[in-house]
Amino acid sequence: MRVLWFGFVAGPLLGALWAVVAVVTVAVAVAFATGEAVRPGIGMAVLAGALAGLAAVVRGARWLTMLVALAITASLAVAGAGVLRFGPEVAPRLEAVSVLLAAAAIAGPVARVLEGVGFRAITRHAFEAAVIRFLTGFGYVFFTAIVVIPFYVMIMTSLKSQQALLQNPLDFTLELGRGADLFRSYRELLTDYDFGRYLWTSFVVSVLTVLVTLAFSIPGAYAVARLRFRGRALFSRSILLIYMVPMIVLALPIYIGFSMAGLRNTVFGIVLIYPVTTIPVALYMLQGYFRGLPAEVEEAGLMDGLGRLAVIWKITLPLSLPALASVSLYVFMIAWNEFLLAFMLLDDPSKFTLTRGIASLNSSEIPRQHLMAGAVIATVPIMALFLGLERFMTRGLAAGAVKG
Amino acid sequence: MSDTTEPAPIQPPPAATPPRGRGRLARREARLAWRLLLPTLFAVSLAVVVPLLAIFWISVKPVELADLRPPAPVVRESLRGSGEEMRIQYRLRNSSRDREIRGVVLTDTLPGVLRLRGEPEAPCTVEGREITCDFGDIEGGFRASVEVPVAGDEDEEVLEAAAEGSAPVVTGQASHVLTDGTFTLANFARIFDGEAFWRVLGVTLFYTFFGTAGALLVGLFAALLLDRSFRGQGILRGLYLFPYVAPVIAVAFTWVTLFDPFSGSANALLLRMGVTGEAINFFGERPLALIMVTLFEVWRYFPLSFLFILARMQSIDTDMYEAADMDGASPFQKFRYLSLPQLTGILSVLFLLRFIWTFNKFDDIFLLTGGNAGTRVLTVNVYEQAFALSNIGAGAAVAVVIFLCLVLFSAFFFRVMSREEGL
Repeated sequence: MRVLWFGFVAGPLLGALWAVVAVVTVAVAVAFATGEAVRPGIGMAVLAGALAGLAAVVRGARWLTMLVALAITASLAVAGAGVLRFGPEVAPRLEAVSVLLAAAAIAGPVARVLEGVGFRAITRHAFEAAVIRFLTGFGYVFFTAIVVIPFYVMIMTSLKSQQALLQNPLDFTLELGRGADLFRSYRELLTDYDFGRYLWTSFVVSVLTVLVTLAFSIPGAYAVARLRFRGRALFSRSILLIYMVPMIVLALPIYIGFSMAGLRNTVFGIVLIYPVTTIPVALYMLQGYFRGLPAEVEEAGLMDGLGRLAVIWKITLPLSLPALASVSLYVFMIAWNEFLLAFMLLDDPSKFTLTRGIASLNSSEIPRQHLMAGAVIATVPIMALFLGLERFMTRGLAAGAVKG
Repeated sequence: MSDTTEPAPIQPPPAATPPRGRGRLARREARLAWRLLLPTLFAVSLAVVVPLLAIFWISVKPVELADLRPPAPVVRESLRGSGEEMRIQYRLRNSSRDREIRGVVLTDTLPGVLRLRGEPEAPCTVEGREITCDFGDIEGGFRASVEVPVAGDEDEEVLEAAAEGSAPVVTGQASHVLTDGTFTLANFARIFDGEAFWRVLGVTLFYTFFGTAGALLVGLFAALLLDRSFRGQGILRGLYLFPYVAPVIAVAFTWVTLFDPFSGSANALLLRMGVTGEAINFFGERPLALIMVTLFEVWRYFPLSFLFILARMQSIDTDMYEAADMDGASPFQKFRYLSLPQLTGILSVLFLLRFIWTFNKFDDIFLLTGGNAGTRVLTVNVYEQAFALSNIGAGAAVAVVIFLCLVLFSAFFFRVMSREEGL
């Protein structure tokens, strides 16, 4: 380890590592954005990064590092062995822009990572701080990439035409020439495949699930949190236990029961069964919140002559509006995203929820972009809700849910 | 103290003992509590406890998907022949091929335009206009046809419409396989048979363990990244939650599209970059498919771990770090000796909870591979046995195995939980 505590070792090492990260990122980004043949030249990236890292520790001046990195990447590119390799038919302008991008992606962060690292022996602190800066940069790139790429692919695929997709699966450029035809998959889904109705069904089912869940779990949670009765501890523990029973175990008897009772293929049956999966979660989340409320306020209400129920209605609930919002959002999300029960209990296309509708698109006869358009239609409302109310959502997730 | 008249000893006031038992108020409170809990108890027992008992029951019954509809006699009526040959024919069969129906009786009304021409075939009798055929008990796979000779003066088509216009009623009783007294251990014998079960169990444990541990480690990394305030922190935090918030069906199909061997972008990218010479079938090859579904699990659930770990991190007292700084602790030392011990509680609770839920996970693998290419876990096996192989009993037996594993895990969980109380 100690050999690393020298600037002239750590600098080039971290520089080279970062250069590899940067070059791969730029290559993947350019490939996904343009569909052109680009690939990273790892060996050259290591060379450029190491030299940039050396420059950074020699003078510690950011502009010098930038200049060195730029000069090296440019000259390597001119020499024909650049940090990015291009296919034969790639436009020179795109090549120039991507190489510049790669150079900037190497130089800037390398200078930043190696800030305060001298040429000779450095302290353990300085070394570890540099490593942490490197890991931080890598982390941001890594997480953003793994989250953004699938959603980018989802949206862009839904806008492609079938033959363009087969021709070059990497080409996600928008064919702006198609004009309104870009949204053809969406139009067909909404008109020919009845997705408008599925959207509505999903919405109604989710809202009803939220209402029913709250109606059951608010009194239950209050009782568990505030009132003393025998079996309270047992009860609050069994909530958690029930919350752990997997749906697939219950799904078979529910399927049989619903078949016999004629509840299969009805929206009513779905609304009947969804709340049962969410009541334990909601109860668990709400009772945690109710416990945190000061009991004195409620006692004051009791002293002033309110009954228990009036106390709940007039004092506890107004105080717990944020928690109710979190729970509602979380329950809405569960109901909106639910797949297993909808898949098992609904066969009639006129009763489908959105998730069930998408599942029916997964066949070899229906083109891929329809499937992805369906995925976008299901994702956008929940995402919009999530981004709009992110504060409540994160709290809701953190409060009750280690479940998924 | 020689007084003859001893004064009566002063009675001490009755000792202020706390009231024994539960007072009226307490009882009223308990009553209210139960009233508030009653709807939930009712709903949960109806939808959780009853199905749980049912699954045990079904797992020892020889029941197939087709048995869900009870066996019933099916009858078809038609008017055959003309003139002197004219007759009503009833064709009766048992809808089940192996279960008997008891006391099968067919009744029908002879329409006014038709009249009896001769003796009806046994076991039918005609009284007035009532036709009654008593078939008694019919065994599985039973088929019969009986004819009643009739005549009529009207046009043939009118007669036919009249004859078939009065639908015959047929009654009979059959025991339902779900409620009768036949029990079997064949379901369990079947699912434990051979190495298939142990392979499924092995796959389940691999998926559960690595999926959970991976999501936890990646989540820890993400939490470390976001445990500082900078511009855009909120946006990144929201962004990193996307995989968890989006509907599973949307993201699973996106992964399938992305990694498609023919038209998938991932393959195109790898081919372009020269990493691989030919397209890789990510979700179709044996060890790779399992690794891919595990990666999907990590990808989809790291946001949850990161959320919890981040919440815990932000509640750690900063004084400690300041003291460590004074003592000259390096960044890694601070993480190793200060942060990590503070996080072990939440990490172990998260691990156990996530372990249980990953073990229970069905949707993800079902949507990604359908359980093919060596990715069949226990939960997918329930579906496979019950619906793909149409053997409800065997599916229920797998479900029972899952439930027993779950009980085992939860017992362990509650033990650790009461020690840690991190959550």
